[in-house]
Amino acid sequence: MEPITEIRSRTAVLPLDDVDTDQIIPARFLRTTVREGLGENLFADWRYNSDGEKNASFVLNRPEAQGAQILVAGRNFGCGSSREHAPWALLDFGFRAVISTEIADIFRNNSLKNGFLPVVVDAGIHGWLLENPGVELTLDVESRAASLPAGRVTEYPLESFSRYCILNGVDQLGFLLNHAGDISRFESRAGV
Amino acid sequence: MSAKSLFEKVWDRHIVVPESAETPAILYIDLHLVHEVTSPQAFSLLRDAGLKVRRPDLTLSTMDHSTPTISVGSLQELKVVSEPAAFQQIQQMERNCEDFGLELRGMDSDERGIVHVIGPELGATQPGKTIVCGDSHTSTHGALGALAFGIGTTEVAHVLATQCLLQRKPRTFAVNLQGRLPAGVTAKDIILAIIGKIGVDGGTGHAIEYRGSAVVSLSIEERMTICNMAIEGGARTGMFAPDDATYEYLAGRPLAPQGAAWDEALSRWQTLPSDDDAQFDKEVSIDVSALKPMVTFGTNPGMVIPVDDVIPSPTLSDPGFAKALDYMALEPGRPLAGTPVDVVFIGSCTNSRMSDLRAAARVMAGRQVADGVQMLVVPGSARVKREAEAEGLPEVFEAAGAQWREPGCSMCLAMNGDYVPAGKLAVSTSNRNFEGRQGKGARTVLASPLTAAASAVSGTISDPRPLIG
Ligand code: SF4
Repeated sequence: MEPITEIRSRTAVLPLDDVDTDQIIPARFLRTTVREGLGENLFADWRYNSDGEKNASFVLNRPEAQGAQILVAGRNFGCGSSREHAPWALLDFGFRAVISTEIADIFRNNSLKNGFLPVVVDAGIHGWLLENPGVELTLDVESRAASLPAGRVTEYPLESFSRYCILNGVDQLGFLLNHAGDISRFESRAGV
Repeated sequence: MSAKSLFEKVWDRHIVVPESAETPAILYIDLHLVHEVTSPQAFSLLRDAGLKVRRPDLTLSTMDHSTPTISVGSLQELKVVSEPAAFQQIQQMERNCEDFGLELRGMDSDERGIVHVIGPELGATQPGKTIVCGDSHTSTHGALGALAFGIGTTEVAHVLATQCLLQRKPRTFAVNLQGRLPAGVTAKDIILAIIGKIGVDGGTGHAIEYRGSAVVSLSIEERMTICNMAIEGGARTGMFAPDDATYEYLAGRPLAPQGAAWDEALSRWQTLPSDDDAQFDKEVSIDVSALKPMVTFGTNPGMVIPVDDVIPSPTLSDPGFAKALDYMALEPGRPLAGTPVDVVFIGSCTNSRMSDLRAAARVMAGRQVADGVQMLVVPGSARVKREAEAEGLPEVFEAAGAQWREPGCSMCLAMNGDYVPAGKLAVSTSNRNFEGRQGKGARTVLASPLTAAASAVSGTISDPRPLIG
């Protein structure tokens, strides 16, 4: 994982609540044994019409959304399945963060393990972001600050260990492997 | 010592390194369930890092998601009936298990099945265990008093390599179930009603314990149905305290402890139920005696009503609601019952066990699937299939005009070639009615096996109660 200190980008806005992982990446695209290439089918059933052509009215297909790295979405983003293919698809497409008032647990976990930043803000800021697509934001990892235009700044929650891992590009598996001794002691103590 | 809940007891007994302000807890995992869809990239990670699977003996592998439900006699036939990418995934799973020394309950195993069906039926799922799987419905195993939850693929690699996970402790949520279920109302209706009440994000950040006077009369299979959909209410997991029904269910199962080990395990399990004065961070109560059969009308499991109710009207504040009704091609203010049905699916880790198949068969016996309706009955495992065959259930379904299939996830997520065609309406006993979940453009109504079977017979969404006398 590459270290990330900040993400600075325009936003794209998907103003729907409860966007589930089956929308982010439909199950038929999970018949893969690698992580790469999922971006092509991100939000496939919304992005493409049934004839395979791009649906011009879908937000991510509009010219102003091109190149946006921050997705602003409705409440409870990423609910549903545990598929890590969801953050993989978002990253592969070019997104690096999602902003909502609430982000589903497993999706949040999966995102943090891949350097995809889940950012929860209050309803007031969220409402403003929904109404102003395309604004330029800076998400700072160290200070957990989201900077909006006109000097408006808000802090977002980011658990300290995840923040450390993202800032330093640390792989959490390495951290666990360093505790091999503790794990062996637990196994003999618990008799497993 | 302060009073503890079931969840806290299981959690505390698995702490390898406690959590601190800086780092999450290292939690030991007693049982890791692995399937072909969410594991390939995890095995690649281990391969690239030159790591082994730490505890193959605590790892249970099977194939369920992308496997065909049409019977196949050979690998060549499997290739013919499978989608090419699905076939490749199945082959990759076989290779991964071989390379890493894991026993695989594969295509030719008589113990194969949906991962959440075979864990309990083999007796691998036990009270007090920590159980994970790269699948959000892992909460199913909580029915036996295990702490079981879904993880992503990176975490699958963590568990394969270290048998541990980094976790922050979730908050606790008591769901109190009071009263007795009326006839024709099932465990599926209970969990749909719970999700309707708390919302699809009501449980976010929480571990649910289902408690209350209604619990003792629920069978272990019914508890599995209720735990299965905890994630549909946003919760990390759902659990029932183990009781006599749990021990009776487990006794004699192939991977359950035997002899002296059983007695020793039993005395440990009996200490698990929540202490009387255990505190929960959140609480909700439901009187199950007032419930009716429940059906969903929208595109998430929280959009649910009693089968004899009318479809609610959207509120202006929720653009998603109108979008959902539009997708479902349903109109607010009209009854849902009576809506024509194209497909009926009985199956999935929610409702594909013997009691579910028996319930559906009870409605189907001596009746016919309505003209124009396709009905698929997919047992949860090879073992369920054998038991159902021994009881003559396939004959009941086939005589009614339904198709009886090989075990697997099938139409629940439609990645094995079984799917609901675009625009068609399916009444399904599965757990997700998301847009496109059962096939691109498919419209899903979630219901119990009784309601699904009644709808197959009448050809429209139907209340099963008049049919079961
Ligand atoms: S039956 Fe459906 S929900 Fe259950 S494990 Fe399979 S795909 Fe997932």
